[in-house]
Amino acid sequence: MGNVLELRDVKKTYKPGFIPKPKEVLKGVSFTVAEGEIFGYLGPNGAGKTSTIKCVLGLVYPDSGSIALFGRSPLDPRAKDKLGFLPENPYFYEYLTGREFLDFYAQLFRVDKAERAERIAHLLKLVDVERAADMPLRKYSRGMLQRIGLAQALINEPSFVVLDEPLGGLDPLGRKEIRDIILGLRDAGKTVLFTSHILQDIEMICDHVAIIVQGRILNQGRLSELVSEKVLFTEIAVAGVADTDLEVFGDCVSVRDGMALLKVPEEADVPKVLDLVRERGGRIHSLIPRTQTLEDIFVDTVARQ
Amino acid sequence: MTILVIARHTFKEAVRDRILYLLLFFSALSIVLARVMAVLTVGDRVKVVKDVGLASIAFFGALMAILIGTGLVYKEIEKRTIFTLISKPIRRVEFLLGKYLGLIWTLAVMLTAMTAIYLVVVFLHTFTVEFRMVLAVLFIFFELILLTAVAILFSSFSTPILSSLFALSFYLIGHFSWSLETLINKTPPGTRRTLLKVLYAVLPDLENFNIKTEVVQNLPLPAGLWLGALGYSVIYTAFVLILAVWIFRRRDFI
Repeated sequence: MGNVLELRDVKKTYKPGFIPKPKEVLKGVSFTVAEGEIFGYLGPNGAGKTSTIKCVLGLVYPDSGSIALFGRSPLDPRAKDKLGFLPENPYFYEYLTGREFLDFYAQLFRVDKAERAERIAHLLKLVDVERAADMPLRKYSRGMLQRIGLAQALINEPSFVVLDEPLGGLDPLGRKEIRDIILGLRDAGKTVLFTSHILQDIEMICDHVAIIVQGRILNQGRLSELVSEKVLFTEIAVAGVADTDLEVFGDCVSVRDGMALLKVPEEADVPKVLDLVRERGGRIHSLIPRTQTLEDIFVDTVARQ
Repeated sequence: MTILVIARHTFKEAVRDRILYLLLFFSALSIVLARVMAVLTVGDRVKVVKDVGLASIAFFGALMAILIGTGLVYKEIEKRTIFTLISKPIRRVEFLLGKYLGLIWTLAVMLTAMTAIYLVVVFLHTFTVEFRMVLAVLFIFFELILLTAVAILFSSFSTPILSSLFALSFYLIGHFSWSLETLINKTPPGTRRTLLKVLYAVLPDLENFNIKTEVVQNLPLPAGLWLGALGYSVIYTAFVLILAVWIFRRRDFI
């Protein structure tokens, strides 16, 4: 499979204000997004995620380095023909209704009238804003704007979709729906690049991850390669056994209403704890082996920086 | 094609802006009140009705071009709607020209509405309609074509308030720069005269589009006048738009 997006050593310094104070936001960013994958782009606030995306979309010109979108310049309309984009905190034309808004964007892709009507009806249903389709966007809630924003990103049936914080402003149910739509896009053979602060979302749906901190990519790779399957420790909730007896095997993180939460670092000690509980006539409420998560990697990467 | 889609959208945006109707209302009021002013004036009442009516169309047309034009591009950047728009297969030049044409389209519709009110008021007073009055409005339209380009130019890199001030200054300078021509004629040949000539060439001369006196006073119009005004408008507008596109293509949308 080929690469949909390729960034090589992209650098950017902003010089805002009347008396410019240079601020280096990208310090040599390189990564590639392969066809058909969901690529998660992580980073703390102000790390350079949105600046990278702006370079990819041709909204900001990099000072140096190269960007190839479908093998072309990001400014080439032929490359943008196959691209869909949802910005962070989307603001759209308040005086347009949801349907008019989608129709306007569909016209920019030279979609004919009958096809436009069909696609708009399908997308309004997909993102669940059919009822508000003829309401002006100024009356939309933040979650509804996010949904109509996703619909406009898909109006041209793109093969590559860039989503900047697509799950922000949504309730848990809404987040699940949008996650399902993103997974549906991958199943339909589309490539997705998305940024999120919510690591569980990225962990749940991404194939490939890059972590950017202070304008530099510090860690990247396939999620399965980054996150180790090794058990870090086991959490056991035990009742009916004195915590002083349990502390031989690990730390008692909390003791409440006769129940102790024991953190056992050694895997070999887990059967010994179970034997002890049986012996004392106690009860096991839960036993959870904790493997490494993306959050551990993210916190570790940011802390190292 | 893309330019036309953006122009149509800009027209829709402008006609849903309340400020446009406010200006249209005041221009209509001003044109109608010209009749009341005529009653209170000593002299040729018909000339007062015609003159004040045309001046109202010119003034409110210019206000529409400046107030809406200066916000058009800036609002897209400020409200970040430009992020999604530029990510679509459109070039920045197409975006800017689409915005420009959309506003020209809006102004043409507004001028038509103001002219209709004006012609009705004049007709009720004189029971005649002269083609020369429509010609005077056409000259005002040539001026607005240029003024809109100037508003878009300032809007592509500055805030609406500053852009409005710049565009208003351009409008005022444009209507007083003709006095430089008198000064040039009175200045002896030399460096000072050359400098004045350069200044006069660079500064706009919006009086090229003012034939109100000729129309109201029934004075003969020089042959080829409209061609000269149209040519001046088109060349100056092209220069201003090229400058706007040059600035707009280079900027980052942070």
